[in-house]
Amino acid sequence: MTTTPSTPVKQPPAHGALARPPRQAPGLIQGLRSLVATPLNALLTVLALAIAWFLLRPAIEFLFIDAVWSGHDRAACLAGEAGGEIGACWPYIARRLGYFIYGQYPEAQRWRPNAAMALCALNIGWALWPRAPFRGAALFSFVLPFPVIAWILLYGPGFSGLVAVPTNLWGGVLVTMVISIVGIVVSLPLGVLLALGRRSQMPVVRAASTVFIEVMRGVPLLAVLFMANRMLPLFLPPGVLPDPLVRVMVGVSLFAAAGMAEVIRGGLQALPKGQYEAAAALGLGYWQMMFTVILPQALTLVIPGIVNTFISLFKDTTLVTVVGIFDLLTTIDVSSRDPAWATPVTASTGYAFAAIFYFICCYAMSRYSAAMERRLAAAGSRS
Amino acid sequence: MKAGKPVRTYGQGRGPVIAWWGNPAARALIWQALLAIAVISLFVWAGRNVVTNLRASHITWGFGFLAEPASFDITGSLIPFRAGDSYGRALMAGFGNTLTASLTAIVIATALGFVVGVARLSNNALVARSASAYVEVLRNTPLLLQLLVWYNVVLKALPGPRQSIALPGGLLLNNRGLYGPWPVESPGWNAVGAGLLTALGLCIGLAAWSARRRREGKAALTLWAIAPAVLICLPLAAAWLTAGSLVGALPVTWPELRGFNVGGGVTLLPEFVALVLGLSLYTSAFIAEIVRSGVQAVPKGQREAGRALGLGEGPILRLIVIPQALRLIIPPLTGQYLNLTKNSSLAVAIGYPDLVSIGAGPVLQNTGQALEVISLIMLIYLGLSLLTALLMNWWNARMALAER
Repeated sequence: MTTTPSTPVKQPPAHGALARPPRQAPGLIQGLRSLVATPLNALLTVLALAIAWFLLRPAIEFLFIDAVWSGHDRAACLAGEAGGEIGACWPYIARRLGYFIYGQYPEAQRWRPNAAMALCALNIGWALWPRAPFRGAALFSFVLPFPVIAWILLYGPGFSGLVAVPTNLWGGVLVTMVISIVGIVVSLPLGVLLALGRRSQMPVVRAASTVFIEVMRGVPLLAVLFMANRMLPLFLPPGVLPDPLVRVMVGVSLFAAAGMAEVIRGGLQALPKGQYEAAAALGLGYWQMMFTVILPQALTLVIPGIVNTFISLFKDTTLVTVVGIFDLLTTIDVSSRDPAWATPVTASTGYAFAAIFYFICCYAMSRYSAAMERRLAAAGSRS
Repeated sequence: MKAGKPVRTYGQGRGPVIAWWGNPAARALIWQALLAIAVISLFVWAGRNVVTNLRASHITWGFGFLAEPASFDITGSLIPFRAGDSYGRALMAGFGNTLTASLTAIVIATALGFVVGVARLSNNALVARSASAYVEVLRNTPLLLQLLVWYNVVLKALPGPRQSIALPGGLLLNNRGLYGPWPVESPGWNAVGAGLLTALGLCIGLAAWSARRRREGKAALTLWAIAPAVLICLPLAAAWLTAGSLVGALPVTWPELRGFNVGGGVTLLPEFVALVLGLSLYTSAFIAEIVRSGVQAVPKGQREAGRALGLGEGPILRLIVIPQALRLIIPPLTGQYLNLTKNSSLAVAIGYPDLVSIGAGPVLQNTGQALEVISLIMLIYLGLSLLTALLMNWWNARMALAER
């Protein structure tokens, strides 16, 4: 072991000749000038402005200007005496928020989903924050202890002393989160195994992994969900009928595992062969080599890909509405048919709320993924 | 080490004898045998359960139901289907609809995606920012939500047939769908069809000939000018020759208001319009990203070298940047086309009769043959994926050969 640092220490810039020139940030004036630099550019600017005007103006009018902000029932959101355009009906969202988040989860017990979601947020933050200590432990706790604790909290099985809440009462954001989290928790280890299997020297293992991955990636998620919903009961002994939510989770997890496996395989292939050879030269066995040398590097390399897989998994959870599971989109669809809130804008307000929710979640994740990508690229260029 | 007490046993001077379970090859065999046994017993167990369950619910396994007559209608499908036709034909009609919607959406998504992808690279800040806003909004919201918005909000808000919106090109848009002009069966149009096929064949032949000339070091043909001319002139000439004159040789029916509805022309159902719109906009955001990264991946030196050779900006793009970018763009692009085709199964949520909504809907409900119907659906999609994968491998091999 040498004591020299692996990365050169950054020297403070010397005064005078060698100091770097100030970075030229595109200023406002420069930015504006680019809009009309050439006739073509000016034309494009006008075109972009026109499109933005036609698309943005109705959106802003609907969401803010014409929106109804207060009220107790549908009367507030029906066109009043003024007869003007009615935009989003926000009181409807405010009144229905509890249903959108928890479904029919009993109100007295809603601290339990709250606690589970807080635990989840803490655990994810710990695992994703680049400078957090013991990130490996965070990953482990997310895959093993956390799901068990969350399940006990949410479901309340007999031994826990909590009131049991059957899954048919769960709904809304809670179900969306449960399906996504189970999907990632199952698909990550399963994806690692499948990726290793697909690169294995053993023909039977390789064939089994390849067939599973290709079949799952070749069919639409909806077909997998129908399979989980309609075919899985046929494959099980008579009388054994898993919970509908569990069936859907099996489908989503297996589908996500195949995608995850391909992302991880990319990481395994990107590692230089020397890493495998060095590990073999140290006399490490296959699993030791994988867990101490190969996987830590390969998985770090594909964090952006893993996050992207999770984003599509998160968006894909909306498909469970087709097989009758009450996720956020289903609760919104069901509420929009509630006669107590029947107005011409109820459906569109619900969709706007869902769009904002999904956009914030997915955009935040994609930003994280992009930041990690830059970080990894910087780390790669240093060595 | 004392003599007579060997620490290791040697077998006939062929190296150390390791216990057979320590031998990597033997271990590999054992692991594989265990996996094979596990997989096979899982299948046998599931198969036995299927047999028991089917017997209990009095369903006979088999694909015989495909030939039996169905008792439902399908509206708006390319392959006409009426009650009394077979279930197999219903699935065919669904598959035809899947392909129609997917192909239409692929064309629109590609065009939009290329425009937006290039716009993201524009040095006009407003254009670049608008394009990235487009991409981020469409990419970060679920496709199902977008489809529901198109179908339940945008198309439902359109006026009724009497107040149809007239679009350029004789198109009419109202809450019952999109109406457009359509050719009337006539010798002229048949000639156009035949002429178009001939022209396509001719163009492929010309392209091959041009490629051969280029390999031989001769000047290539100006295909970008010849091909469109052939494709337009040949069908028109064919029509003119059959009908004697172009006037009246190509009759067209135009959509028009008749009573309380629109008649004539061709009708695209609102479900179809919503599905194609949703799929093509959603996928165009992903295609835009692929195009952007493909163009950005072409090294700057390539453009500079082109300029040093005295080429203009147009030829630099056409001859240097685009061919190199395409090599990077096309593999992920086919992936997006496959995704789009798979995503077209979301038609089930808005009631467009595609393969999945017909298969998992009326066919499954009327026959109860869940195992057969869902396996068929999965096999069809799997076949499409494998076919695309084969084409992709062929393309990649061709591209790899082009490198030196």
